[in-house]
Amino acid sequence: MLDIKHVYKTFNKGTPVQKEALIDLNLHLDEGDFVTIIGGNGAGKSTMLNAVAGVFELDKGHITIDGNDVTKDPEYKRAKYIGRVFQDPLRGTAGDMWIEENLAFALRRGKNRSFKWGISNKEREQFVELLKTLDLGLEDRLDSKVGLLSGGQRQALTLLMATIKKPQLLLLDEHTAALDPKTAKTVLEMTNKVVTENHLTTLMVTHNMNDAIKYGNRLIMMDHGHVILDISGEEKKNLKVSDLLAKFEEVSGKEFSNDRMMLAK
Amino acid sequence: MNIMSWLWDIQGGATLGVIWAIMALGLYLTYRVLNYADLTVDGSLTLGGAVSAVCVAAGVSPILAILIATISGMAAGSVTGFLHTKFKIPDLLAGILTQFALYSINLRIMGKANFGLLNEVTLFSQIKALGIPSKWAGLLVGVVFAVVLIIAVYCFFGTEIGCALRATGNNPHMVRAMGANTKVYIVLGLIVGNGLVAMSGALLAQYQGYADINMGVGTIVIGLAAIMIGEVLFSKKTYFHRLAGVVIGSVVYRIIIAFVLRISLTADTVIKITADDMKLITAIIVVIALIAPGLKDSAVAKLSGKEGD
Ligand SMILES: Nc1ncnc2c1ncn2[C@@H]1O[C@H](COP(=O)(O)OP(=O)(O)O)[C@@H](O)[C@H]1O
Ligand SMILES: [Mg+2]
Repeated sequence: MLDIKHVYKTFNKGTPVQKEALIDLNLHLDEGDFVTIIGGNGAGKSTMLNAVAGVFELDKGHITIDGNDVTKDPEYKRAKYIGRVFQDPLRGTAGDMWIEENLAFALRRGKNRSFKWGISNKEREQFVELLKTLDLGLEDRLDSKVGLLSGGQRQALTLLMATIKKPQLLLLDEHTAALDPKTAKTVLEMTNKVVTENHLTTLMVTHNMNDAIKYGNRLIMMDHGHVILDISGEEKKNLKVSDLLAKFEEVSGKEFSNDRMMLAK
Repeated sequence: MNIMSWLWDIQGGATLGVIWAIMALGLYLTYRVLNYADLTVDGSLTLGGAVSAVCVAAGVSPILAILIATISGMAAGSVTGFLHTKFKIPDLLAGILTQFALYSINLRIMGKANFGLLNEVTLFSQIKALGIPSKWAGLLVGVVFAVVLIIAVYCFFGTEIGCALRATGNNPHMVRAMGANTKVYIVLGLIVGNGLVAMSGALLAQYQGYADINMGVGTIVIGLAAIMIGEVLFSKKTYFHRLAGVVIGSVVYRIIIAFVLRISLTADTVIKITADDMKLITAIIVVIALIAPGLKDSAVAKLSGKEGD
């Protein structure tokens, strides 16, 4: 479904702040894979997701989605395959626009937009049904500005928007990190439900090792711009945080340090 | 004091107000909706006036002249759009470059700095010929244009493309993530916006009976004044309210200007305020409008800070 082959990306090349963010990155995802991604700050997790989404051009390497080589496609063209939720709740929605306008916009992801006016009643019914599943009372607020919603409500809405038109690939970049623990848990459960029910091929970055172990069928750890650990199947099910820490030290030869990483239960 | 002269001030202000409101609608599209500070407008307003005047003088029907002028403004907008999206020239600079180039182009079109339309058939003379008193012809034409354009822009905002344009100004990241090319919508917004600005200039030239190379000077500031006065008077409810607010803001702005001139004319002040001082006054109005929300916030912050002590 997704192939990342020998991808390199250096930011600010040739300047004193040059940063090699991706170094010979390789990753293959099968259809329906739900992969959680962990790694220290600056390991290149967001950069990998941005590379897949086409936010910048690669220095080297190829990216294929569902058999289509998208390496040269700009962000907006790849969007027809990809649903995304960002860490910043403000980033995934248009705050000045209504809930229904945002959903209608998302429903047309990857389609040509025309001078067709308005939102049909059938679409509106679909929005209400979907919003009900969130259980946040948003189904009665179709004409509320998204800017009035809380961060958690906004992330839940963004998740809906990313999946309302089923994506071949779902990219989640620490999408619960900005939320309070309780809301984060709700949104994460919602995510798990949407992903498993629709068998969505998913990459989910998280800073919580327990979540990384709990969700998905596969776990990868990144360091220095590439994948250093790839665990799936039975091995992943039986994984413990202490195992992960030991593995990290074994592979990288250093201690796992990340103040934001939640190690405890 | 003569009450009639005040009423005629209101009427004259309203006429100029609705004609300039078409420009303000265009600027609203780029500045507020697209979030793009477009300085092309000073040039495209003059361009609209120049094209409209020259066409009318050449015997083109006044309404067709306005249409041609509008299209020329759209072309100017597309140039700014391409400079910005294709060649990554910053938004302010892209607009200034087009505006600067338009000065020469406008002179070429008119062949001189001031192009008079003495005794030519204009849209306004045509309306007068229908038996409408000349004092009302301008207001009638302006109101019809403004109302039709408010409805047209409102309907446009409701389309899929209009929605994408609004979203581009609001959150371009989201727009790209949802598969729409923000560059296309930026160019489109600049095309439509400058088309409206040129249309306003086209009407203005026919209304006042001449086009002038400097008629567009300060267009952006006058447009901002109209938009901001409209926003103060109208709370931002629906887009329909906001668009109507822009037009009313433009009318109110012109009436304020007319009153200031009238007071200065009748009162015994040492310094007589003249039309030449209006740019200074307009700039002050816009500065106040720009800093007013901030002033309110800091006042509130100070108050609540004291309460906390
Ligand atoms: N747009 C950018 N410009 C410059 N440096 C960047 C940019 N994006 C990421 N980086 C750098 O690349 C490295 C990897 O960043 P990132 O992928 O965000 O890490 P993380 O794994 O924490 O998500 C970091 O050192 C970061 O500073
Ligand atoms: Mg990150």
